[in-house]
Amino acid sequence: MSQATHVLLDKLVNGYEVVIGFETHTQLTTQSKLFSRASTSFGAEPNTNASAVDFALPGALPVMNKGAVQRAIEFGLAVNGHIAESSVFARKNYFYPDLPKGYQISQFEIPVVQGGAVEFFLEGEKKTVRLVRAHLEEDAGKSLHEDFADMTGIDLNRAGTPLLEIVTEPDMRSTAEAVAYAKELHKIVTWIGICDGNMQEGSFRCDANVSVRKPGQPLGTRREIKNLNSFKFMQQAMDYEVRWQIEQIEDGHAIQQATVLFDPDTGETRSMRSKEDAADYRYFPDPDLPPLVIGRDWVEKTRAEMSELPRVMAARFVADYGLPEYDAGQLTQSKAMAAYFEAVAAASKQPKLASNWVMGELSKRLNSDEKAIESSAVSSLQLARLIERIADSTISNSAAKQVFDALWTGESTDVDAIIDAKGLKQISDSGELEKIIDTVLAANAKNVEEIRAGNTKAMNALVGQAMKATQGKANPAQVNALLKKKIG
Amino acid sequence: MSTPPDLHDLSVVDLAAKLAAGDVSSVEVTQHFLNRIKSEQLGAFLALDADVSLAQAKAADVRLAAGERTPLLGVPLAHKDVFVTRDFATTAGSKMLANYRSPFDATVVSKLAQAGMVSLGKLNCDEFAMGSGNENSAYFPAKNPWDTRRIPGGSSGGSAAAVAARLTPAATGTDTGGSIRQPASLTGITGIKPTYGRCSRYGMVAFASSLDQAGPMARSALDCALLLSAMAGPDLDRDSTSLDMPAVDYATDLIAARAYKTGDSAPKHPLKGLRIGLPKQFFGAGCAPDVLLAVRSALAEYEKLGATLVDVDLPLTELSIPVYYVIAPAEASSNLSRFDGVRYGHRAAHYTDLNDMYKKSRSEGFGDEATRRIMIGTYVLSHGYYDAYYLKAQKIRRLIAQDFQTAFTQCDIIAGPVSPTVAWKIGENKADPVANYLADIYTLSSSLAGLPGMSVPAGFGEGGMPVGLQLIGNYFKEAQLLGAAHQYQMVTDWHDKKPGASS
Repeated sequence: MSQATHVLLDKLVNGYEVVIGFETHTQLTTQSKLFSRASTSFGAEPNTNASAVDFALPGALPVMNKGAVQRAIEFGLAVNGHIAESSVFARKNYFYPDLPKGYQISQFEIPVVQGGAVEFFLEGEKKTVRLVRAHLEEDAGKSLHEDFADMTGIDLNRAGTPLLEIVTEPDMRSTAEAVAYAKELHKIVTWIGICDGNMQEGSFRCDANVSVRKPGQPLGTRREIKNLNSFKFMQQAMDYEVRWQIEQIEDGHAIQQATVLFDPDTGETRSMRSKEDAADYRYFPDPDLPPLVIGRDWVEKTRAEMSELPRVMAARFVADYGLPEYDAGQLTQSKAMAAYFEAVAAASKQPKLASNWVMGELSKRLNSDEKAIESSAVSSLQLARLIERIADSTISNSAAKQVFDALWTGESTDVDAIIDAKGLKQISDSGELEKIIDTVLAANAKNVEEIRAGNTKAMNALVGQAMKATQGKANPAQVNALLKKKIG
Repeated sequence: MSTPPDLHDLSVVDLAAKLAAGDVSSVEVTQHFLNRIKSEQLGAFLALDADVSLAQAKAADVRLAAGERTPLLGVPLAHKDVFVTRDFATTAGSKMLANYRSPFDATVVSKLAQAGMVSLGKLNCDEFAMGSGNENSAYFPAKNPWDTRRIPGGSSGGSAAAVAARLTPAATGTDTGGSIRQPASLTGITGIKPTYGRCSRYGMVAFASSLDQAGPMARSALDCALLLSAMAGPDLDRDSTSLDMPAVDYATDLIAARAYKTGDSAPKHPLKGLRIGLPKQFFGAGCAPDVLLAVRSALAEYEKLGATLVDVDLPLTELSIPVYYVIAPAEASSNLSRFDGVRYGHRAAHYTDLNDMYKKSRSEGFGDEATRRIMIGTYVLSHGYYDAYYLKAQKIRRLIAQDFQTAFTQCDIIAGPVSPTVAWKIGENKADPVANYLADIYTLSSSLAGLPGMSVPAGFGEGGMPVGLQLIGNYFKEAQLLGAAHQYQMVTDWHDKKPGASS
């Protein structure tokens, strides 16, 4: 059995392979709407952020917001996609009260971003999810069913809000991989600043196309889970859906193509509409909008002005700091984390130690206290000082954790003061250490004999004894060296 | 000494001169036209508000008194009811928009207001500009002042009837497949549809977005030139299809030519060097003999002015009918989706659920022709039919545009009839929509190509009804068209003829 097949079989669920593709609606951070000058701000009184264009009044016409195009270009560059020289806005026609024109302006045949890929690590393994496209489109308004007896209220504040819909190939093979993809995508769009990433407010909404199949079989029929707006629900919804589909197939039922919604209260997905009710959207190029032409100079100007992308920064961390790829990927989860790491690395001159501490102790404490790195209780300079003390052998790693704890809880702000106060300084005086080792050797003559007879395992026991005798304040490497010297 | 002409017989140019000279005030002129409109029997107007019009006239008089002398200051006009207006209701000739009041003015409306023109009201038209006889108005048909039993043409039928009957010195119109040129032709007035994108579409109730274009309708090319100079120009912040070309003064050269003409040294052949192309497809058996006769004698006049006539070929002319009647309804079906009874416009009084509300509101709100085009448009855009109809039509549309470019290598202007017949009787074609569609044969191809075209009065045909000569120019050549029409109008007086029902 080849390595690849082995990996694949690892991921099978009850003998089925999971296939997932994503469509993500990211709300762009423009001040005004995609085709009108109304504000995009969230939470205003109903219908106050809507213009003649958004109300679809007779005679109103759409005019493209260049800022939205700018953001689409930035995304395309961030994922190594092709920025179309000319893309086309189309009308997707259907009737719904919160769709004021009776059609949504979207891109259909020719999207603004074509191809590209999102790369990330899952359990240390590098994954690549290919993108089909990313296209600009306008959001619909909202139907308000509460507060109106026997009536529905319509709020068009959201109507016309610019979205970039990002569509993947069906490249994901587990629900965990799909969630990791979504997190990575979230990281990219927030990193480059085209989306605020606020999932509660609907700024980042995922639709998951889920199907299952026996390995080697053609793609199964997919069901689309709509509007997943938290990573937790995303995982739950897809896990439920995968189990449900496998049960159906095992029970001899064919999967019907459908759109489903996840109900967080029941933890189940339920069908909204089946393929039979699928509307004919009568797409055609919007005659109100000429093709969106993007000159190469615009693309190159954008490329030149974009801040360092996470994957570029990660590559730099590998090249400049000698970090493993995994570390570099973790440290570039957010701009703030990367900046924090770089500050620690620069001040301590110990990038690997800095990486270990940022990814390890610091991340652990941030998570358990539900804090963002921007509001970390331990500053990058404090952590750098701490790392310096590890590197210059003033304290051991385990002692350093006690220092970190004291910094975190605010016991003190000065690393050296904590070391002194807690007496955590390593025994660096070799004379003092030699005395202790002599005592250990005398008390363990039998071990010494065994080592001399060639049993290297006995050495570890002696190191342990010596460390115990120094209450952990000795440097294990130094102890090891002294022991070897003395045993000869 | 002849008696001075009535105010309503004056051209826009002459009215403007009288206003500028202080011979008459804008309030007087406006009141004069309002009085005429009050007793009109042509069904030309859908909305009037004397207080609004007179207030605008007063404002113009203030500007005049302050010494402002701009070419249109204080001159009244009326707008086709397809342009949204703050001051008058806008219905687009449809029950769907009965009493609809727009919170903003169309760009064309506000530009003409800025130029100091006074709005007399809103003019009847076919519902959503769909029709060629004004019989599709949901309110009442407009009548042809040359024979009130006949249609004035459409869809800008109210505009044409009102200008011809001297109820307004000028009017705005919109042309999607001939809706300025054909009614101008059938009522003996002058109208120009500029190059697609020349006038902003912002505030025009959309029929077919890739074809809709605003233009002026008046009695002469010179008056049209004055109006178009004020209407045209880029509006890039509001209409993405607006041409990014600066506004042009179309009138100055024409006024200079007029002055020259009345001088001693007028050239005998002012149009020497102008090549007029005659597409054989425009002069075939489909065109009524009386129309052909008038068109040919107009062309003979052009030869006298120094122009040369050349034969050109527009082989796909016949296909322009099916192509247009796929593309225009396709766009219309989508453009009219916003009329759903949710936010404004007609909503059925009783309904059981959302779908029922849509169905009833739209069935009640739209007339037969709008319904027909929505259905055709929905069909041709449907999955499985899109390629065979819409996409194919778009491809042929491109070929039609290319044919024109080939023809324009041999000529400067293309000429022919506007309509294959003179105005027909009200009700005559009502039961046969296809007959109406076929009558658009000479105007559709240039609309599909986005070219400027105009109708110039060229005599009379059967029943003493007016016949128009169509002039089609290449892109952005409005000035050339207006110049050629102006030269013709300086040696003919067809455009000065008054219909019987005008007084």
